[in-house]
Amino acid sequence: MISTRIYLVAAVVVLCIGLFSLLRQSDLVRRLLAFNTVTSAIFLFLVAAAHGDGSVAPDPVPHAMVLTGIVVAISMTALALALIRRLQEQGEETAVAEPGTREDER
Amino acid sequence: VTAGWMIAVPVVGALASLVVPRGRWTRGVGVAAVALSASVAAVLAMGVYEATVRHPVGGWEAPLGIELHADGLAVLAALVACVVMLVVSIYASAYFSRDPGSHGWRVEEAFWPSWLILLAALMALLLSADAFNIYVALELMTLAAVGLVVLSPSRGATAAATRYLFAAMLGSLAYMLGVALLYGATGALELDAVGAALEGGVLAWAAIALTTAGLLLKCALFPLHFWLPRAHANAPPPVSAALSGLVVAAAIYVLLRLWLHAFAPVVTPAAAQLMGALGAAAIVWGGIQAIRQQSLKLLVAYSTVSQVGYFFVLIPLVLVPAHAMLETRAAAWSGGMYLMGAHAFAKAALFLAAGAIAMALGHDRIVGVRGIATHLPISTYAFGIAGLTLIGLPPSGGFVGKWLLLAAAVESRQWWWVATLVVGGMLTAGYVFLVLGQEMSEARSDAPAHFTPVPLTMEVTAMALALASLTMGFAAAEPLRILQEATPLALGR
Repeated sequence: MISTRIYLVAAVVVLCIGLFSLLRQSDLVRRLLAFNTVTSAIFLFLVAAAHGDGSVAPDPVPHAMVLTGIVVAISMTALALALIRRLQEQGEETAVAEPGTREDER
Repeated sequence: VTAGWMIAVPVVGALASLVVPRGRWTRGVGVAAVALSASVAAVLAMGVYEATVRHPVGGWEAPLGIELHADGLAVLAALVACVVMLVVSIYASAYFSRDPGSHGWRVEEAFWPSWLILLAALMALLLSADAFNIYVALELMTLAAVGLVVLSPSRGATAAATRYLFAAMLGSLAYMLGVALLYGATGALELDAVGAALEGGVLAWAAIALTTAGLLLKCALFPLHFWLPRAHANAPPPVSAALSGLVVAAAIYVLLRLWLHAFAPVVTPAAAQLMGALGAAAIVWGGIQAIRQQSLKLLVAYSTVSQVGYFFVLIPLVLVPAHAMLETRAAAWSGGMYLMGAHAFAKAALFLAAGAIAMALGHDRIVGVRGIATHLPISTYAFGIAGLTLIGLPPSGGFVGKWLLLAAAVESRQWWWVATLVVGGMLTAGYVFLVLGQEMSEARSDAPAHFTPVPLTMEVTAMALALASLTMGFAAAEPLRILQEATPLALGR
């Protein structure tokens, strides 16, 4: 019971750390790391919540959700890294402005 | 034929397009797989006339397995999506063949697998009736869509795609957390079961708020639209057409299914009015921004930001009137869904026509399109006819949809939505006629004498989609009846 609560609290703390750096960081790689931190916090929360008070067998459905979520998070991270690399390559060649600094044409 | 084929065919096609010999084979497999999906959708649409089809994938029943839910709405939406994808695929093969070198083939080899995965994700999304399954389909759709945006040679495409991906990732985080809380509150993921078990309370409202916020980012509803205009305007024209016509619409479709079906028992009139107000803001803001754009593709992209708003105005029209006005609410519902189909055809046609014009000119600045009507008459008229649907002028499909919304707003005495719909129509007319006026005026004396030749296929496919959106106004009775039967309101809530 107490250990479950520790995990739940830890999940909330990690979530706050992730969200904090997500809002603060402008660098894309750091922002991507913050995303992954938030995702891990959500997974931790789900697994801890599925455990319940430990008196009954854990609920398998959140576990399945976490497994699927990990696959999705890895694919997203891979694509984001590929895009960030391409941006850096283009930045060297064409010296375009950093992404995110240009706003929509208004 | 079962609903599972709708997803299996494009997935197998995507794998096949990766292993066949390079070049023409990739294109052939791509177009064939989309055509086969469209035929499956047509067969399924005929079979669904009688009853809703539920298909447990692999024989695993819900709640353990994944059930596909093919009701009248899902099947009609799948059919529209497949037909649009098919026509755009034909356009794409012509578009890519203008660049026949090894670079052109490299782009096409990356295009077709992603394109087919996008189709599979769309189908999975439309046929899902399970909150977590929807999450997986949404992510698959985002991955394919972002990958397709970066195929563009334009300089801003990578930056636009990165911004799109980060916005979408933020949206998925919120949605996933929301689904987890929804499961915590109801112990269910299947939408029917969620709706039956959902009661008010902090947990339920947190779940509703998070799933909604995540989906609003993916719908690009004002003020969360910041990623859309650049991503849609920088993508290659066939990709822009699918993104603006179908991908955004699919996210809206999910959000409406949640709000009007699973969440309906706990949604308060105030919450519904708030969603409508966001929609109204999107209609006005997107419309004004569209009029202010200097580039044709950005104008069409901002028009999507504006048109998204109509489907949020639909929420108070369906949810707020008293129970006694079931007919009005059902009419608003079917009108909104019909509008979504008409918009898919029209918006795809606009982007395809804009792509043809940009190819001819070598740029897409609106001041430069003066006099293009004499050179590209078919594309110009395709743009005009699709514009009629967007404005909602008779006899287009857009007219039918917007008329039903307007009638529901009047009958339920929600006058503020009448005003919104009228203003939205005027703004749309503003930017459509702005472009048409330029296209049809006499070319300037300093206009280039030489235009890049545009394949006729590109112009004809744009016209076909525009005509489809127009003729939807003549053949509305039967689809509207099916949509009314598939209304979430008929479930007795």
